[in-house]
Amino acid sequence: MSNIMLYAEVTKENYLHTVVFELAYKAQELSKKLDNASVSALLICKTGLAENFKEAFINSGFDFVYIAESNRLTYYSTELYSKIAVDIIREVKPDIILVGATTQGRDLAPRISSSLHTGLTADCIGLDINEKGQLAATRPTFGGKLMATILCKTLPQMATVRPKVFKPAPENIVKDTKFIYIKPEIDNIQKKVEFIEFVKGLNTAINELDSAEIIVAGGKGMKNEAGFELLKNFAECLGGCVGASRGAVDMGLASSDIQIGQTGKTVTPKLYIACGISGAIQHIVGMQDSDKIIAINNDDKAPIFDVSDCGIVGDAFEIIPELIRIIKTLNDDTNPNISIS
Amino acid sequence: MKIIVCIKQVPDTTDIKWTENNTIQREGVESVINPYDLYAIEEALKLKKTLDDVEITVVTMGPLQAEEILRKAIAVGCDNAVLISDKKFAGADTYATGKTIASAIKSKLPDYDLILCGQFAVDGDTAQTGPSIANQLGIAQVTYVKELNKCDGKCIYAVREIEEGLETVKAEFPALICVLKGMEELTRPKINGIIKAQNTKITVYTMEDIGLTPEETGIKGSPTYVSRAFRPEHDRGKCEICTDCNVLADKIKEFGGISNE
Repeated sequence: MSNIMLYAEVTKENYLHTVVFELAYKAQELSKKLDNASVSALLICKTGLAENFKEAFINSGFDFVYIAESNRLTYYSTELYSKIAVDIIREVKPDIILVGATTQGRDLAPRISSSLHTGLTADCIGLDINEKGQLAATRPTFGGKLMATILCKTLPQMATVRPKVFKPAPENIVKDTKFIYIKPEIDNIQKKVEFIEFVKGLNTAINELDSAEIIVAGGKGMKNEAGFELLKNFAECLGGCVGASRGAVDMGLASSDIQIGQTGKTVTPKLYIACGISGAIQHIVGMQDSDKIIAINNDDKAPIFDVSDCGIVGDAFEIIPELIRIIKTLNDDTNPNISIS
Repeated sequence: MKIIVCIKQVPDTTDIKWTENNTIQREGVESVINPYDLYAIEEALKLKKTLDDVEITVVTMGPLQAEEILRKAIAVGCDNAVLISDKKFAGADTYATGKTIASAIKSKLPDYDLILCGQFAVDGDTAQTGPSIANQLGIAQVTYVKELNKCDGKCIYAVREIEEGLETVKAEFPALICVLKGMEELTRPKINGIIKAQNTKITVYTMEDIGLTPEETGIKGSPTYVSRAFRPEHDRGKCEICTDCNVLADKIKEFGGISNE
């Protein structure tokens, strides 16, 4: 029977990464197209931690969970984790391996695929099984201007998958999950890379963007710091958060923490307002699933208009202050000042 | 200390145009050094400034025209340049590319301490070639590096920027490090650098030179292949263009952007 294996990434704070549940639900769908292939997870963590996740695995449709625990695995280490993963994969022989396209996943997966002499498709945003039963992994390519569906000639077929592209299961999928403990063979490995320290990020913008219902994002067209200040005012007036395209981040207008797009975050707010963003596909893949999209751009041929519900052609530096003025008036109309009555 | 910097020639992606057949137009598009690789070069130059006897060899795999980016790297201060070029390399995926570059390093530049790469290439955006090279060389890797510190020629401290914050690790040489874009100013070429770049002999290695067979390289040596390439489509319907800000403000309200609270 075929087997789809997911890498169960553990975060710095010892939780299972949310992408594991997104992949778990996607794997159920792929499994149906592969004569009900079994779905397994590969968990590598410090001693005792797996116990905390068992219920989550049982409720997420996993048939098997392969667990390698050791006190040497407290922090993610490319050398130790890849050695263990390769050993287990050689034993279990899954047909497909999916890994979250996080920094950890993108560090680990190419080490595994290279050791197994197999292919790896990076940062996918679409997964399917084709008529021949192969994994068809779709990703933006060539500067993001083109989508490519990639197949693999060898087994296992591996892909890293962008977080937040797929949704986790809406309700529990309870399985009689088997937990298989495997003793990691790492005693003889002298690590060349040693963990020194970890400083938790102070910037909370990442989480704010994740849950924001309204995002006002700026691109290169916002030109300078004053442009981003204007966006901040606009976002405040709408009760939203500010995001940025890679172009704006590269120009130093915004911090990479708020970058939206292929090499940044994927967001799905109710309303996304793109200001001075031309709409390179790298950006679009990070925001296209927003409920509604509005574009403000001075180039009527900018591709951002092709993915927007509505838009306006003109200078953002004139349009945004005008919008702020109108919206403030509208707000005043809908909020009659109580002290008057 | 010997440093190898792996760089890639990429099309200037800010200037991509479509042909009538919906393929990317490659002719007439300017090629540049992948922007992330510029920071890999920069880190190497910084180490050269702070330590004695640092020799930087810049390596690329690509068509013969990729020589141009190697000369640019020499012009800013790299010492030697190696071009790995063979028609049989065409169509290589990240596995085959990693194998080819690793084979070249193993056979022609085995005496290295540190390999620096850009974290991503802006055309492929896979972030896989660096780790693939490291794995095939059997050396350690550190990815998503924002800052390098305290190098003593035997090891280096690297600050990684990951989702949850900043992680510092100490890497013993030999190691491969993939760097993110930094905030620092990039070194500009000086006149004597430009002259040196024009006079530097670029060493070219072919598939046979580095001991590979046609089955191990290019499209034949690549486990993955593109089955379909298409222009992304969106099903949002036609974009309604508003003529003035009042209409747009109404739209914002309709889309839930203006609350009544």
